[in-house]
Amino acid sequence: MNFDIDVRHDGETAIVYANEYLNKITGERIERECKRRLDAGCSTLMVSFRDTEIVNSIGISILLGVIDAAANSNAKVVFTDVNDDTGLLFESLGLTRHADIRKA
Amino acid sequence: MPENQQKLIHTFSALADIGQEVAHKFNFHEMIRTSFHLLLGSLAIMRGGIARYSRFGHELNFLAVRGLGDDFPVSASISLEDEREFLSAGMSPIELSQAKMLLFFQHYQPVIEKKGIELIVPMIVHDELVGMVMLGEKASGEPFSSADRAIVQAMARHIGVGIYQRNLMAQLERKAEENKRMYDEMRLTYADTVKSFAAAIDYKDKYTEGHSVRVGKYSELIAAELGWSDERVEGVAVAGYLHDVGKLTVEKNIINSPRRINAKETAELNKHPSVGYEILLPIHHPYSDIPLAAKYHHERLDGRGYPDGLKDEEIPYIAKIVNLADSFDAMTTNRPYKARRPAHEVVEDLQRNSGKQFAPELVTALCGAILKEMTGETKERKFRKLLGREYMEAEGIIDLLKGALNGLAATGPLTLVAAE
Ligand SMILES: [Fe+2]
Repeated sequence: MNFDIDVRHDGETAIVYANEYLNKITGERIERECKRRLDAGCSTLMVSFRDTEIVNSIGISILLGVIDAAANSNAKVVFTDVNDDTGLLFESLGLTRHADIRKA
Repeated sequence: MPENQQKLIHTFSALADIGQEVAHKFNFHEMIRTSFHLLLGSLAIMRGGIARYSRFGHELNFLAVRGLGDDFPVSASISLEDEREFLSAGMSPIELSQAKMLLFFQHYQPVIEKKGIELIVPMIVHDELVGMVMLGEKASGEPFSSADRAIVQAMARHIGVGIYQRNLMAQLERKAEENKRMYDEMRLTYADTVKSFAAAIDYKDKYTEGHSVRVGKYSELIAAELGWSDERVEGVAVAGYLHDVGKLTVEKNIINSPRRINAKETAELNKHPSVGYEILLPIHHPYSDIPLAAKYHHERLDGRGYPDGLKDEEIPYIAKIVNLADSFDAMTTNRPYKARRPAHEVVEDLQRNSGKQFAPELVTALCGAILKEMTGETKERKFRKLLGREYMEAEGIIDLLKGALNGLAATGPLTLVAAE
């Protein structure tokens, strides 16, 4: 399967769109893409949930991978366009300790 | 929706998903990776690993790791005490303070301390250690609650079942391979036995050196020309190798007599098909009809053969093939009282006796196989090796064979399709 993860690069900030891939094993590509951006010197990673209705456990695990990679590169992680339910979930699981959340 | 309820739904769907994953994923490594994500994601655990335990090597091999550093040792030997300790924990998370004296813990202590590993959960299925889950801190920074531990334990149990199933599958595959190897070995042993028997028979008969081996090879070539399966062709070859095994009990001076033997000696010699049958009958052959081939390889279609004077359809098909191969070799090799006959005479003899001694379709197969080699239709050189190049290339043989094939097809009795 070949799909492109939608990435926009704006100076030192990269925006990655989570889409529906996030909740499956294919979401590992998002993690790899983020690592590539970090290696390229990106200092802020923005993950947009514009097109993501819910986030399951696989999605959380992949986001934790992104957070871990960013921490190793001293980069900042921002989750944007987060809906209410997802926001609550991030908060209850403690992801808010590691990433800034911007509600939709 | 309240925060807690959100979290509860999230965790329980992970539990349901992991059950599905283990039950339905065919690809083992993908199942492990997905389950690992579900486990970490259910409680937002920052780092950890899943290891599979190899009972043979007493070794833990990590199949999936996250956030444990590049220098994380992916496999480690564990001692019997470790194994006992893991088994006695029975899927409850091991208390790290308690585990300090274990070899396993000593090996992993630097990682455990540096990466803040909080839980080590053995995976045990049917009282067997199948692996281990190692987990670091939660994203929330809170310690694992008893509910968290129960969830981790349930998920680890599912993954353990997946590993256990995979182990069973691997065991079955190993067994199947072992059986195949044993079967192949048995066949080889059988083939060697057959060849040494053939050598023993031929050794006794110094004038017809190599006869059994050649009859085996001609029988094989005829059966192959008939288009039989490899296994049946092998069976016919074996029948050829062993057809004269009864000669082992005939007096050596009768077999090796330089003159024509008298009636009494002939009667003695003619017992060899029945004796061969008796020798071969109790042996479990991987092919059918081997004893019958020995018993009836001197029968003729017209009923004038021995020992039973059987006619055409009464003669087992395999015996007809061996009979033709036997006669062909007798005609084409030197005997103490008879020189080998020239090729054209042999072809004529086959033609003349087709329908009387030999089954016509078998004569067709034999002539056809020789012709294919001579015209280069096949690159094989099997007849040439057995008969010698000069003999094969005698003048006019190709035309004679073609004529024989046409004649047999046109005037021979209705050609029977080889009976299955
Ligand atoms: Fe014989």
